[in-house]
Amino acid sequence: MLILLIIGLLEPPSYVRAYDRPNDGGGAIVIEWEPVSDTLLKGYEIFRRKAGEEKFRKIAYVGKGRNSFVNSIGIKDGLKYEYAVRSVGIDGSYSELSIPAPPVASYPQWFKKHKINTLLAIAIYLFLLVYFTQAAKGKELFIRRISGLDHLDEAVGRATEMGKPILYVPGISGMSDIATIASINILSPVAKKAAEYDTPIIVPNRDPIVTMVAQEVVKEAYTEAGRPDAFKRENVFFLSDSQFAYAAGVDGIMVREKPATNLFIGMFYAESLILAETGNMTGAIQIAGTDAVAQLPFFIAACDYTIMGEELYAASAYLSRDPKLVGSIKAQDWGKALLMGLVVLGSILSLFNIDLILKFFATI
Amino acid sequence: MRRTFPLVIAFIMGFVMMIQYFIPHPISQKFYKIMVQQWLIIISIFFYVFAWRSFGLYHINKIKRRKEGWWASVVAFVGVFFMLLAGFGDRIPGFGNFIVKYFNFDDLYNYMFAPLQATMFSLLAFFIASAAFRAFKARTLEATLLLVTATIVMLGRVPLGASLWKGLPEVVEWILMYPNMAAQRGIMIGVGLGMIATSLKIILGIERSYLGGD
Repeated sequence: MLILLIIGLLEPPSYVRAYDRPNDGGGAIVIEWEPVSDTLLKGYEIFRRKAGEEKFRKIAYVGKGRNSFVNSIGIKDGLKYEYAVRSVGIDGSYSELSIPAPPVASYPQWFKKHKINTLLAIAIYLFLLVYFTQAAKGKELFIRRISGLDHLDEAVGRATEMGKPILYVPGISGMSDIATIASINILSPVAKKAAEYDTPIIVPNRDPIVTMVAQEVVKEAYTEAGRPDAFKRENVFFLSDSQFAYAAGVDGIMVREKPATNLFIGMFYAESLILAETGNMTGAIQIAGTDAVAQLPFFIAACDYTIMGEELYAASAYLSRDPKLVGSIKAQDWGKALLMGLVVLGSILSLFNIDLILKFFATI
Repeated sequence: MRRTFPLVIAFIMGFVMMIQYFIPHPISQKFYKIMVQQWLIIISIFFYVFAWRSFGLYHINKIKRRKEGWWASVVAFVGVFFMLLAGFGDRIPGFGNFIVKYFNFDDLYNYMFAPLQATMFSLLAFFIASAAFRAFKARTLEATLLLVTATIVMLGRVPLGASLWKGLPEVVEWILMYPNMAAQRGIMIGVGLGMIATSLKIILGIERSYLGGD
């Protein structure tokens, strides 16, 4: 009797609507409904049928906390589907099916509309970059001192004076990581300086692609320095692709070969302090550079100089002083100023309940 | 030509991939799958061959010249041999069962490789202590500030802190959520812009150091 009463009371969800999921490659339909407020409600069952068919088939169940579902299984683009939802009670009872949503079909889209802010940001940034690199031609732009990069020469010189090698660790990430590319950009002038001073440079690698790129970069640097004969391919090698095996290997090199200079530049994870502390114990001068915010404190504590965050990406311009590259740093500064301005403006507008800028960034 | 060709490839692929990112259409996704994922797998396989050659040459050179710690290179070779044997051994006709029984890949991984990795990782605890000891010396005003803040944060993160003063965990939460987060976000915004700038510089051919030389 009570069960019959419950069945009678449980209402189906109202205002069921279905629409093609926006900004996707097709094959997905979003179903939404107004939630049923009933203490006996357990969840909802979602039903589907092809337009023109009579019988609905159950396709999913969601808990009572949800009022939407994305149907991405068994959907054919261009084919119209109808959806209906029913409420399920905690005792297993259920309501009638809701009024079906109007037929809807999914289609693949050609542009991610919600990414328009990213596109706009790239376009503005691209304009700034091209403008400043062109404007910087023939000019000497100011670039603030970066002590970590200033001391690279000193670090290489120290190794030369002590007759010991330089250890260059390009991080443990792959070539698709921008930090690794930035590291390779720094490796080039360091290797060139090492070649000029006739100081061996050891570059152990974790990634096979980085190994090959590093070998080519060091070889090219030696050729540019007029010392192609001094290049030793076996000094730029693949050590291991396992994180801690790599850390153990590099530690072993530091303890056995006792390099006078250790350079840790690139992307690092948990092994950062293991490497930097071992290097510290061997008494080497250490310069680290990374954009991994979590690893920066470890490097600051254990290394003599640390190239922090964006300084890593400015290194190539800083070391080469190429006006075009220095111009790109000015573009970076303008980009930063623009962002800071937007953050301040967005904060002020938010105080007056105007969320225009907040919304613009929120959709990223 | 040696420089121009890679620059042209970087320019074309850079822009194409940038445009691809904004197109959700299956054609664009298929292009990404083929051009990036599948090509990367193919290229990686070849690079692994070169990498293992590099690994072999480095260790052979060490053993030949009897460099300090040359025995570690022998251990490296032995390790590689046994892991390869365990990985492929079950496919050797007549030896499959023997290898699976005595050189089981999972056993070697779980009872040798994983503990060795854990050992390396656990060294971190000692290194954190030694690095903290150096970093927390109150030599300058900044170092003193760091020392005081770190002491508060450390105390507030353990039960002892809350038993000393129950408001301490809230203070710690405030330090982490506001001053600390503000500094981290500042660095992260700079990093993000630096990444975009580096990518665009490579695509436009302004940055060429990665090709070797300036």
